[in-house]
Amino acid sequence: MRKSFTLISLLIALSLILTACGGGATPAATEPPAAEAPAATEAPAATEAPAETEAPAAEEVTLTIESWRNDDLAIWTDSIIPAFEAQYPNIHVVFAPTAPAEYNGVLNTKLEGGTAGDLITCRPFDASLQLFQQGYLASLNDLPGMENFGDVAKSAWITDDGADVFCVPMASVIHGFFYNKDIFDKYGIAEPTTREEFFAALQTLKDNGETPLVMGTSDQWEAATMGFQNIGPNYWKGEEGRLALIDGTGKYTDEAYIKTWQDLADWQPFLPEGYEAVKYPDAQSLFTLGKGAIYPTGSWEIGLFEKDAAFTLGIFPPYVENAGDTCYISDHTDIAIGMNAATAHPEEARTFLSWVASDEFAKLYANALPGFFPLSNAQVTLDDEIANEFLSWRQTCESTIRNSYQILSRGEPNLENELWRVSAAVMNGSLEPEQASQEIQAGLDQWYKP
Amino acid sequence: MRISKRRFPFPVHILVFLAPAVLLYSLFMVIPLVNSLRLSFFEINNQNQVSFAGLQNYVKLFTDSNFAPSFWRALRNNFVFFAVHMLVQNPIGLLLAALLAAGGRIRNFFRTIIFMPTVLSVVIIGFIWQLILNPLWGVAESMLEAVGLGAWFGPWLGKPETALVTVALISVWQFVGIPMILFYAALIGIPEELTEAARVDGATGWEIFWHVKFPLILPTVGIVSVLTFVGNFNAFDLIYTMKGANAGPDFSTDIMGTLFYRTFFGQQLQLGNPTMGATVAAMMFLIILTGVLLYMFLWARRVQSYEL
Repeated sequence: MRKSFTLISLLIALSLILTACGGGATPAATEPPAAEAPAATEAPAATEAPAETEAPAAEEVTLTIESWRNDDLAIWTDSIIPAFEAQYPNIHVVFAPTAPAEYNGVLNTKLEGGTAGDLITCRPFDASLQLFQQGYLASLNDLPGMENFGDVAKSAWITDDGADVFCVPMASVIHGFFYNKDIFDKYGIAEPTTREEFFAALQTLKDNGETPLVMGTSDQWEAATMGFQNIGPNYWKGEEGRLALIDGTGKYTDEAYIKTWQDLADWQPFLPEGYEAVKYPDAQSLFTLGKGAIYPTGSWEIGLFEKDAAFTLGIFPPYVENAGDTCYISDHTDIAIGMNAATAHPEEARTFLSWVASDEFAKLYANALPGFFPLSNAQVTLDDEIANEFLSWRQTCESTIRNSYQILSRGEPNLENELWRVSAAVMNGSLEPEQASQEIQAGLDQWYKP
Repeated sequence: MRISKRRFPFPVHILVFLAPAVLLYSLFMVIPLVNSLRLSFFEINNQNQVSFAGLQNYVKLFTDSNFAPSFWRALRNNFVFFAVHMLVQNPIGLLLAALLAAGGRIRNFFRTIIFMPTVLSVVIIGFIWQLILNPLWGVAESMLEAVGLGAWFGPWLGKPETALVTVALISVWQFVGIPMILFYAALIGIPEELTEAARVDGATGWEIFWHVKFPLILPTVGIVSVLTFVGNFNAFDLIYTMKGANAGPDFSTDIMGTLFYRTFFGQQLQLGNPTMGATVAAMMFLIILTGVLLYMFLWARRVQSYEL
C-alpha cells in the first residue's frame, strides 16, 4: 500500500513534468507535412491514380491564416475573405486566430512542428525577422503588389541590410486618448493639448466625483503601451529620440524618459480605485459604460467603443509639454502578413498576398476595421469619423513608432518585458521614475553596444 | 539451485503483462523526459543550428545576471506557494475530513460540494475569482462592507505584497477537496474497536483524535504532503490564467512554471529559448525528484504503517 502510493506519486511527478516540457522538446524535427498535405486534399475525389497529378489548378485549395487578431474573426470571415473568394473561387481561405498573448508561443511551436497555416500574420520587427532567418517565412521581394509600399511601411518586415522583405504590410495603429464628450461638456472641459491643461482637466473631473482616467495596471502592458509609448514621443521627440537610443547617443536615463515615467506616476491619483488589479477588459467596460472620462489607448479601440459606448466619443492626441511644441504621435506599424515557407500551396498563397497588397484590400480592410490604418500608398477614404480624425494627426504631428521594437528588444533582459514591468511598477507607486530609468538602461547596457 | 531453476522457469508472462504499460510510459513519458533533459545540454543559434553546450546552460541559469535573479525569485515564490498550501490547505483538509468522518446526515452532500471545485477547469476558477475580487464590480468588497469590514478590502491581486498569497489561497480553495478525501478515506478505515477501546479507557474526543487516529493516518499525511509538493512545483495554469505569462505585478507571482513558459515559448517581443527552457524544466524535475526522494527515504521508511 505504502510502496504503491510512493510509486504512484513518483509517476505523477514524472507525468506532470513531462506535460510541461514535452510540447516543444524537438526543435530539430522541423519536418513540414508539406509532402502529405496535397495528397490528403486530393484523396476524396480520386478514383484513378493518374487523375490526381493532372489538374491541380482547377482543384480547390484551402489556405489557413494564423493571426492574433481574434477580435477580427467576424470581419475576416464575413467581408474580407468572401471578397477574395469571389475573385478566386478555387482558393478557399480560413482565418484561424489565437489569443494575442499566446500567439507568438503557439506560432513558434506550430512552425517547429510543421503544423502552422499557409499564411502567417507577422508581428513587427524581430519576432518576424527571426522567423525569416530560421527559414519559416518566405521572401516576398518579387511579389506583385509590393511596389505599393514605401520604405517606412516596409521597415518593420525587412532584413537589417534591406535585402529581403518577408511580409506584406497591412496596418498601423495610432496612439491617443479617447474621452467621453458628454462628461467633458457637463463640466465645460475643452480637449487638453498641453500637460498643464491635461492635469487641470483631470483635477476638475476628480473634484466633481468622476473617475478621470480609466486604466488598470494588472496586465502590465497597458502601462507601457498605452501610457509610456503613448505620451513619451512628445518628450523624446519621436524618431529623433528613438534613433538616438539605437545609435547610442540617447539613454533611457535621459530627462525625457524620466519625465515620461514621472507623468505616469502623476496619473496615479486619477485612476479608478483598485487600478492595480484592474485588467484591460475591465477598463474597457468601465469606459464604455460611461463611468470614466478619459481613456489612454490607441486607434484599435474604435470598433469596440463605437459599438458599445452609449455616449458621444471624442479623441485628442497625446499632450505636449508646452503650448506650441511640435507634437509627435506613435503611428506604430503593427500588422503584416507573410507566407509560411513550408506551405503546400505557395502559388495560391502568393496570389492571396498580392491581393492583400492591392488597393482593393486596403480600402476594404481600413473600412472594416476602423482604427487600423493601411500602410500602402493607396488613396483610401475612410467612412469612420473618429478614424479620420486619428488619421488627420499624421498631417499635424510627426509620426514615430514604439521605441522598444526595432533592434533594442533582441537581447536579455528583454527590453519590452522590462518596460511593461517598470511602467506598471511606476504607476503602482512601487518604483520611482529615476529608478525605473536606471533599471531599464542598466538592462540594455548589459547586451546592447550601439 | 538447479532444481529451483527448473521449477521456476523465466516468467515470460510477466513481461507480456508489463509490456503495454512499459511501452506507453516509455513512448509518452520516459522518452520525452529524457529528450527534454538532453536538450538542456545543447544550444540553438539564430540559424536554428543545434550544438552541444555541456553544462553551460546550467552555469548561465545560476550565475548570469539575467537568469539567476529570476530563477531564485521563482524558486522562492514557489516555496511560498507551497508553504501556503501546507499551512492552509492540508490542515483545513484534515479538519474537514475529521468533521465528515464524525458522521452526520448530510455529510455526503458536503463531501461532494467541497470536492466540486477540484474538478472544475482552472480557467473557470481563475475567471470567477477575478470577478469576485475585482475592485470595480466584484462582490468581495460589498460582502466585506456588509459585515462592516469594507476598509479591509484592497486590490489584492494587483499588489506585489499580496498577489502571490491571494493566488495561492485561490488554489487552496480549489484543491482542498483532495487532501480532504484522502484523509477521510484513511479516517473511516480505522476500526471502531480502537476508538471504542480508547473511549473505555477514558480518552476524550480530542485525545482519541491525536493519540489514536492521527498516528494511524500518518502515512496519508506523508502522501498528501508529497502530492502537494509535486503539484505546487508543477503549478502554472492558475497563475498564467490570472496574471499572464509575465506573472505580475513586478514578477511577484512568478513561479517555476511561469518562468519555464516564458523562457521556453517567449513572450511578446521576447523570443523563445528552447534550450534554456529545457534547463529550467530540468531544474523543476530535479527539485521535485529531490522532494520525492526525501519523502521516500526520510518519511515513508520511518513511519509505521499498521496492518489494521
